[in-house]
Amino acid sequence: MRNGTSETNITALQKASSTVQERLTFANGAAAGVPVAVGYLPIAVTFGLLAKSSGVPDYITIMMSFFIFAGASQFVGVNLLALGAAHWEIVFTTFIINLRHFLMTASLTRRVEEGTAKKWLALLSFGVTDETFTVASLRRERELSPAFLLGLNLIAFSAWNAGTWAGIFLGSGLPEAIQTSMGIALYAMFIGLLVPSMKKSRPVLVISLLAVGIHSFLQWFPLFEGLSAGWGIIITTILAAAAGAVIFPGGGKA
Amino acid sequence: MDSLVLLVLAMGAVTYIPRMLPMVLLQNLKLPAFLNRFLEFIPFAAIGALIFPGILSSTGDTASAVAGGAVSAMLAYLQLNLMLVVLGGIAGVLAWNLLM
Repeated sequence: MRNGTSETNITALQKASSTVQERLTFANGAAAGVPVAVGYLPIAVTFGLLAKSSGVPDYITIMMSFFIFAGASQFVGVNLLALGAAHWEIVFTTFIINLRHFLMTASLTRRVEEGTAKKWLALLSFGVTDETFTVASLRRERELSPAFLLGLNLIAFSAWNAGTWAGIFLGSGLPEAIQTSMGIALYAMFIGLLVPSMKKSRPVLVISLLAVGIHSFLQWFPLFEGLSAGWGIIITTILAAAAGAVIFPGGGKA
Repeated sequence: MDSLVLLVLAMGAVTYIPRMLPMVLLQNLKLPAFLNRFLEFIPFAAIGALIFPGILSSTGDTASAVAGGAVSAMLAYLQLNLMLVVLGGIAGVLAWNLLM
C-alpha cells in the first residue's frame, strides 16, 4: 500500500516535471520582442521628425527617448513644448498619461520568478510599456525570468531609440501610404496577442470585451468629455479587472 | 543644466517611479485572493482598453482602420504567427486605401 502510494507520487512528480516549462532565456525575450520593435520603429521615426520640426534641440529629443521611453507622453510633451506650455504642466501631464503603468507593473511583478533581486526588478521596470507588458503577460509560461524580460525590454528600447535617431538625422520617414498603414501595427499586435487567449478562456473574453465597452462609453458619452486619455485607460482597467475578479472567483482558467 | 534637460529628467522620473514601485514592492507580498485575481485580470482589461476605441483613429480614417483590424482579428483567430497578424493588419489598411 505504502509502496503504491510512493510510486504514484513519483509518477505524478515526473509528470509535473515534464510539463514544467524550460526557464525562459534572454534570446526568448528578444525574439518575443521583435513584433514590438517592428511596431516601434515607424512611431519613433515619426517622433524624431515631429520633434525636429517643432524646433526641439536634437539632444533633448534623444534624451527623451532614452530617459522617458514612453511613446504617448513624449509626443504630448513635444506638442506642449511647441505650444509653450509651462514645464510643470508638461511633467504633470506625463505623470497622468503614464500612471497606468502602475497597474501594469503591479500585475507583472507577480509573474516574475520568485527570489528575483530588487535591483533587477527596479531595472526591469524601466522597460515596461503597454507593449512589452502585453507580450510578457500573455506568455503561456507562468513564471517569467529576469533574463527573458531583459531581452524583451532591451530590443523594444533599442528600436525606440534607433528610430528616434533615424527620424532626427535621416530627416524623412517612410512613404506616406506605408506610414499611415503602419499606424495600425501595434494595435494589430495587441489583437494578435489577445484573441487566442479570448478563445481559450471565458473570463478573458468577458473581461476584455467589458473593457472595450467601458472605454468606449468613457470616450463617447458626453458627460466624460473632459476625461484625459490617461485616466480613461486607468479607470477602465480597474473597473473591468475588478468586475472580472467578482464574476470569476476561480481565476483565469475557469 | 539647462531647463529642457531638467524637464526631460523630471518627465523621466514621473514615468519611472509608477513603473518601479509596484514592481519592487508587490513581488512577494501575500495578498487576499480577490486582489490576486484582480492583478491576474489586469492584462486583459488593459489590452481591451488599449485596443478600443484607439484603433479607430490609428490610420487617419476609421474605415481603413476597421479593415486592418478585421484582417488582424481573423488571422489572430486562426492563431497564426504574431508577425503575420501584424503584417496582415498593415496590408489590410494598405489594401483598403489603394482599392477604396
